[in-house]
Amino acid sequence: MGGEGQYIIDDRERKVFMLNREVLVSEDVLRLEMQRIFSKCWIYVGHGSEIAKPGDFVTRRVAGRPVIFCRDAKGVVQCHFNTCRHRGATVCNERQGNARRFFCIYHGWSYGNDGSLARVPGDDAYNECFQKSDFALKRPARFESYRDLWFMCLDPGIMSLDDYLGPAKDYIDLVFEQSPSGTMEVIAGSQEYDVHANWKLMVENSVDDYHLPTTHSTWLNFMRNSGVVIEPSKEAGLVLPTKGYAIDLGRGNFTTDNVNFRGRPVARWIPLYGAEAKEEIETLRAELVTRLGEARAARVADTNRNLVIFPNLVINDGSAVTIRTFFPEGTGRMHVTAWAAGPMEETESARARRLDAFLTFYGPGGFATPDDVEVLELVQQGLANWQDDPWSEMSRGLGKSEDEPQLNSDEHHLRTFWRRWNELMVDK
Amino acid sequence: MMADSLLLPLTPLTRAEVEDFLYAEAELLDSWRLDDWLKLLTEDAQYLVPPNDSPNGNHRSTLFTIADDAERIRQRVIRINDPNCHAEFPKSRTRRMISNVRIVLQQGNELVVTANFVCYRYRRHERIREYVGQYRYVLRRSGNNILIRERRVLLDAHELGSLGSVSFIL
Repeated sequence: MGGEGQYIIDDRERKVFMLNREVLVSEDVLRLEMQRIFSKCWIYVGHGSEIAKPGDFVTRRVAGRPVIFCRDAKGVVQCHFNTCRHRGATVCNERQGNARRFFCIYHGWSYGNDGSLARVPGDDAYNECFQKSDFALKRPARFESYRDLWFMCLDPGIMSLDDYLGPAKDYIDLVFEQSPSGTMEVIAGSQEYDVHANWKLMVENSVDDYHLPTTHSTWLNFMRNSGVVIEPSKEAGLVLPTKGYAIDLGRGNFTTDNVNFRGRPVARWIPLYGAEAKEEIETLRAELVTRLGEARAARVADTNRNLVIFPNLVINDGSAVTIRTFFPEGTGRMHVTAWAAGPMEETESARARRLDAFLTFYGPGGFATPDDVEVLELVQQGLANWQDDPWSEMSRGLGKSEDEPQLNSDEHHLRTFWRRWNELMVDK
Repeated sequence: MMADSLLLPLTPLTRAEVEDFLYAEAELLDSWRLDDWLKLLTEDAQYLVPPNDSPNGNHRSTLFTIADDAERIRQRVIRINDPNCHAEFPKSRTRRMISNVRIVLQQGNELVVTANFVCYRYRRHERIREYVGQYRYVLRRSGNNILIRERRVLLDAHELGSLGSVSFIL
């Protein structure tokens, strides 16, 4: 494998798009992904609101690397490799907290929250060549943010995060404009779960609207039971109650852009929220209109989107906002972390409604995510036949003319991902 | 509270009686008799699985794994009884062990009870998954019956990790 046409068949003339299933099971491909994708792309680290005060930190693995994401004493957001410069032990072993120093329990080297080496026990035994200033905690080559969403890149030569996001920024803006001040915060409590499937299947699943009526029929029933009107699609080619599009945002980023039927905490009421919520939703809606004008307010409130920032960040702005990232733990397993985000200014009742709406769909105990996990695991199990049945079909919507819109239930956006992935993976 | 007790003197429940109740509930859950299990819940019942990074959080301000009111619990049961609930079709086989049962508080017609549990879950060709943690119940006495007012499940696992989804009633 490795040559053009080995991973994907992308034949626009014959209108064929096929994916070689080996890419979902091969150890060699995974090793190459670590070099060519996870070491070359902007990878999501965290949101600034998670470390609101000077000294706040969280530890996590990003692109397989243990890092400390923290705010130093001066208030600067930092990302350090969680590895002592002396012998390599992790120097911060709590999931979150507030600390002035990170301390290595092996020989006692300690570091300031800006990463500088602060203290070396018995440093008078070192010769004059040893300079503490040479031994600050290492950090990723690049570390940049957009709207306080912080990303790292291990490749110093990458384009700026701003350029990398490009038109995806407008979709991030639509999410953040739910807040009167444009400031969203990550809400306490994270969801972490493993899925026994290749990580790229989660990319596909996060934006695939074709699967919703079959995989999530029990969720649609629940929505109906709560009083939400779910009308069958009226137009040819549609599988969802409302129309939606798939949009290529460049550099492997893409989004769905859907007319909403499932309710929006900001700000479109559905019966699930209860009659008592109507007034507050109307107030939130009025604030949007005053601040953004009718048209933009309608974009924020009456459409929803599932956005992928290549390779492994998903922002689902659907029943609520979830920020989700995942990383492979081998070819057939991934670790998923998901957070909920909401406007800083949200009232107690609006926040509670948002979290409740979140749980109707998302997460390991939600009414939809467990079925996604199930289906991805079934795909991975079925892939054991990859050698005898090597190609996945992915041509839905392929070959439409330029001015014809690509539907969310087509596979245009999935192909966008795979084309970018292929571009990075094949030998140049 | 005192006035109520005087009007309706209730003999305090013993630990053995509470244990019998918890074992009976476990039997209903492990044998998927969920419609019978629903009858054990009060009209204002809650079923809560907090995240393990905020086990004592409030579900109105913290993202939980599960935060159901009584109506949502009924909808959850409708969902997981449906063969189209793919995560539970075929159904998990669960077996829960309950121990260290303690009545923490008994006041009027309500009791706070804690118990340790191990819930083994087996499904299809998967390896066994072990959910380990503590149940915290608020039980309410109604006539001769015991009902569940709140059922909070604290998982010890640092993260759900290899446990996967919580698509059954934990």
